[in-house]
Amino acid sequence: MKFRLPFAPIVALRFLREGRMQTLLILAGTTGGVAVIVFLTQLITQLQAQIVDRVLGSQAHVVIRPAEEVNRRAIDDAGFASIVEPRAQRLRSIDQWENIARLAADMPGVTAVSPVVTGPAFAVRGQASKSVALMGVDAERYRRIVRMEEYMVAGRFAVEGTRAVIGSELAKDLGIRMDDKLRVALPNGRDELLQVGGIFDIGNKDLNRRWVFVTLPLAQSLLDLPGGVSNLDLTVADIFEAQPVADRLRGATSLNVESWMQTNAQLLAALRNQSVSNNLIRSFVVIIVALGIASVLVVSVVQKQKEIGILRAMGASRAMILQVFLIQGAVVGAVGSVLGSALAFTLLNVFSAIYRNADGQPLFAAELEPRFIAMAALVATAVGLLSALIPARRAARMDPVQAIRS
Amino acid sequence: MSTAPVIELAGLTKAYNLGTPVETEVLHGIDLSLAEGEFAALIGPSGSGKSTLLNIIGLLERPTGGRLSIGGRDTARLSEAEITQLRGRSIGFVFQFHHLLPAFTALENVMMPSIIARGRPDDAAEATALELLDAVGLKAHALKKPAELSGGQQQRVAIARALALRPRLILADEPTGNLDTHTADDIFALLREFNRQSNCACLIVTHDPRLAARCDRIVQLVDGRIADDGPAAG
Repeated sequence: MKFRLPFAPIVALRFLREGRMQTLLILAGTTGGVAVIVFLTQLITQLQAQIVDRVLGSQAHVVIRPAEEVNRRAIDDAGFASIVEPRAQRLRSIDQWENIARLAADMPGVTAVSPVVTGPAFAVRGQASKSVALMGVDAERYRRIVRMEEYMVAGRFAVEGTRAVIGSELAKDLGIRMDDKLRVALPNGRDELLQVGGIFDIGNKDLNRRWVFVTLPLAQSLLDLPGGVSNLDLTVADIFEAQPVADRLRGATSLNVESWMQTNAQLLAALRNQSVSNNLIRSFVVIIVALGIASVLVVSVVQKQKEIGILRAMGASRAMILQVFLIQGAVVGAVGSVLGSALAFTLLNVFSAIYRNADGQPLFAAELEPRFIAMAALVATAVGLLSALIPARRAARMDPVQAIRS
Repeated sequence: MSTAPVIELAGLTKAYNLGTPVETEVLHGIDLSLAEGEFAALIGPSGSGKSTLLNIIGLLERPTGGRLSIGGRDTARLSEAEITQLRGRSIGFVFQFHHLLPAFTALENVMMPSIIARGRPDDAAEATALELLDAVGLKAHALKKPAELSGGQQQRVAIARALALRPRLILADEPTGNLDTHTADDIFALLREFNRQSNCACLIVTHDPRLAARCDRIVQLVDGRIADDGPAAG
């Protein structure tokens, strides 16, 4: 037994095939629309993910710092006028940081916690001195905050004793190579001779110039923070959940907790605006495609008047005629979404070959996520169906006698 | 004849533009019944209401007043959906300009009433359609589109289609109107043959007195009234 389609799809497909030119035009329009939407969505999603990834490549998702010190008035009385000067914030440790680190690690959504001691210092070699940020870390734990091992251009990201890891710009500025010696001097008069055990290039010249990684105990003693840490860096599972996690931590510890979303508020606003304009473009394309399908089907209903009348005379119900035209819309949408996705894939391939990053890498990968194809298929079919609604109702309401006579 | 009437019209009227200043009644109380196996011609001058009457009997239009029963069922009480179903299953149409579906082959056109009635094509419908095409002498042309067939062949396909569901009533609106005399005779003979074979009632609108004379009965319509109804003079 061969498979046979029911009445409505048979007639719908035959009508589409019969109106060759119209079908081709309407299909081309739908294909173009779907391609634009899929291409744009994929491109912007990828670029946004890349930007966020790049920003977070050298940043902790959430940073916990000691609460700021504030001056209080000794007499807490509204009757006195007073001038309260803001206080200079000295380098302090987080109180009971180990408990806080444990609390943060237990918080749902947090995947890594790393204690960091950071403070200002000078890197000195010969007559040259550069201001740097001394970073005391536990290399194992810090790797889970910033993937330093991916950025190493020489040596490994490991600190022990007086072995330090510095950035490529600092190395260049001071003429330092692997295993060379480097002196750090601190404002409090302490200094230490370090040996360079690794050089990184994090993709940001400023950080390449400033970061000097040493062991946690060495930084603690140099910065006069024995046993203390200046901040706790956190990684969270879902980067866009960083803010709620930060809020919860702030509530639990009353420390100064900042998420990357606050630190990069401008970037986030830019991304959000980009998404809004993308949605606007997509909406307009959907509307235009819907109007295209509807107008072609309206014409088709008029052209097919006689056939509709014949079918009705042979016992086809209004509902059957309605289905015939709804299916035409849906088929145009579905086929258009398949062709459009294919076109979008081609466009992605072409443009990823043309657009390249500063380092010669493609700006985006020429891949299409299945969920976008599924989304396009769903939306296009639904749009096809909806835009066929008005023509289909017109067809169904047609008086068979008038239709046959015309 | 003693058999039950296939259609029965009593005091049937039809008016257009009801309730407006241009209200016109085109049928003024038609009484007519057609028995099983009857082969009747409906004649009358243009504008006498023949087509309107045929459309009403064919359930394409509803009468304004009076009664219309098909196979003993009063159609006034039927819903739109029931009317549509009744039309599909018990009435076969043959139109003047064949009205085949140009997008479908001759075979598919003949299968269409069955596809509509049963929701989808099946092997039985295909077998029946092939038989019918064979009977009208077009088996060899089954897979051709209407545009590839001559006028006479198209009308034969239309007749085969009208017979697809073995209807109890065949309504033909000038089935030979646009054919040459020879072909018209063929088509007429074909209708006559099926009428004898399947015992269905046939009502044929025609302008051709020659063809009308070959029917069992002639109903003459003048100005929306039956002016004459009797056996053909022969």
